[in-house]
Amino acid sequence: MSGLRFGYGINRPRAIDIDSNDLRKSNEILREMPELQTCIGCGSCTASCTAGNLTEFNFRRVHTLVRRGEYRSAYEEMNKCMLCGKCRLVCPRGINTRGVAMLIKRKLGDF
Amino acid sequence: MKPKVVIAGGGAAGMAVALRLERLGVEPVIVEREERLGGKVRGWHKLFPTFTPAAEVLDPLVAQIGRRGIECRTGAAVEALSEHGVKLASGQTIEADAVVVATGFTLFDARRKEEYGYGIYDNVVTSADLERMMNEGAVRLADGSTPRRIALLHCVGSRDEKVCQRHCSKVCCITGVKQAIELKKMFPEADVFNFYMDIRMFGAGYEELYREAQQSYNIHFVRGRISEASPMINGRIQIKAEDTLTGRPLRMSIDMLVLLAGMRANDDNAALAASAGLALAPNGFMQSADPFLGAVRSPRRGIFYAGAVTAPKSLADTLAEASLTADAVMDYLNSVQR
Repeated sequence: MSGLRFGYGINRPRAIDIDSNDLRKSNEILREMPELQTCIGCGSCTASCTAGNLTEFNFRRVHTLVRRGEYRSAYEEMNKCMLCGKCRLVCPRGINTRGVAMLIKRKLGDF
Repeated sequence: MKPKVVIAGGGAAGMAVALRLERLGVEPVIVEREERLGGKVRGWHKLFPTFTPAAEVLDPLVAQIGRRGIECRTGAAVEALSEHGVKLASGQTIEADAVVVATGFTLFDARRKEEYGYGIYDNVVTSADLERMMNEGAVRLADGSTPRRIALLHCVGSRDEKVCQRHCSKVCCITGVKQAIELKKMFPEADVFNFYMDIRMFGAGYEELYREAQQSYNIHFVRGRISEASPMINGRIQIKAEDTLTGRPLRMSIDMLVLLAGMRANDDNAALAASAGLALAPNGFMQSADPFLGAVRSPRRGIFYAGAVTAPKSLADTLAEASLTADAVMDYLNSVQR
């Protein structure tokens, strides 16, 4: 069937639906590292990120999506992180961003 | 004989100016449209960023006005004014040596943002409604139950050309943070979401409270304006927004929507300004003579401003400004008497 292409398909809805998302993992992550909630979305982490400068990886976006219960491909995305910790050096809120990256991988590894 | 100064408005600004002037040897007369002194603060429960009960600030002011024997004309609206006094709606005039305009602001009518359903759906309330509910002792949904998910929307009637309110109302951001914390304290099991455009934490201790709301109370801040609220078959409210930090549309059902209503200019500012040859700022608030050295003076000698009549202000700013106003009035009175 995959050989047949009629030029159209069905898109998944793009909207984040908080009602249907399972927020348990997200809540667990925030319980373990409540400081993640203090993110002000400045993008310093992404700007300083080596992986983000070479690939599509956007750490700020991934952890924001995880907080909304959007876990799809978050684990794979986080694997792009080389855990160098530069993001942690620049975070103005003092968030242990490297720890966040590891926590997301730990929590979502079996997702 | 003591010089006499009429103060239009018996809210926090007017009372603070009157008390200061009285101590400086002036005879102040407060003209207040409502039957009681206190203005908007009277409807407030607790004040940001310290959660100080509003009554702890207001009651001493009202008590001092009484103790110092300051004349108050309540239930009387000022219709026209000049540097020589005011004319009341009743037709009566009060002559004076100077006039202070401290008539404050008007709360934005959230019904004008029809897409949020205020006045149409149950459980869509304004920040002012929430304060009233807290004053009455209980925040409950229309059916008497407790909310499990609450959203607060910033900038309702602020920074919005669609309702002719381009200005920032300044205090709603911190009010939203304060009320989110209060709601979380009342309902620890509930999820609280603040939908914001920018978070403007301009005052001492505000940013710290914002951070506390995030870190200690797990309040979720989503950057994006709610586009609409609609009723669901189960009585809840569905809201839609863009989560602009992820670039994705977002929707969720909630039990209660709190609209952080802005401060807009009084409708009668134009008439008052016209009666005395004063100027209005583009947003309808009264225009000061100069934003730096003449913030409490009008362009007209003998007419002064105090409080939120010139721009949205916090209570702390208003009380601080009242002393400046009294000072400027004294300078003027001294200059014309000699």
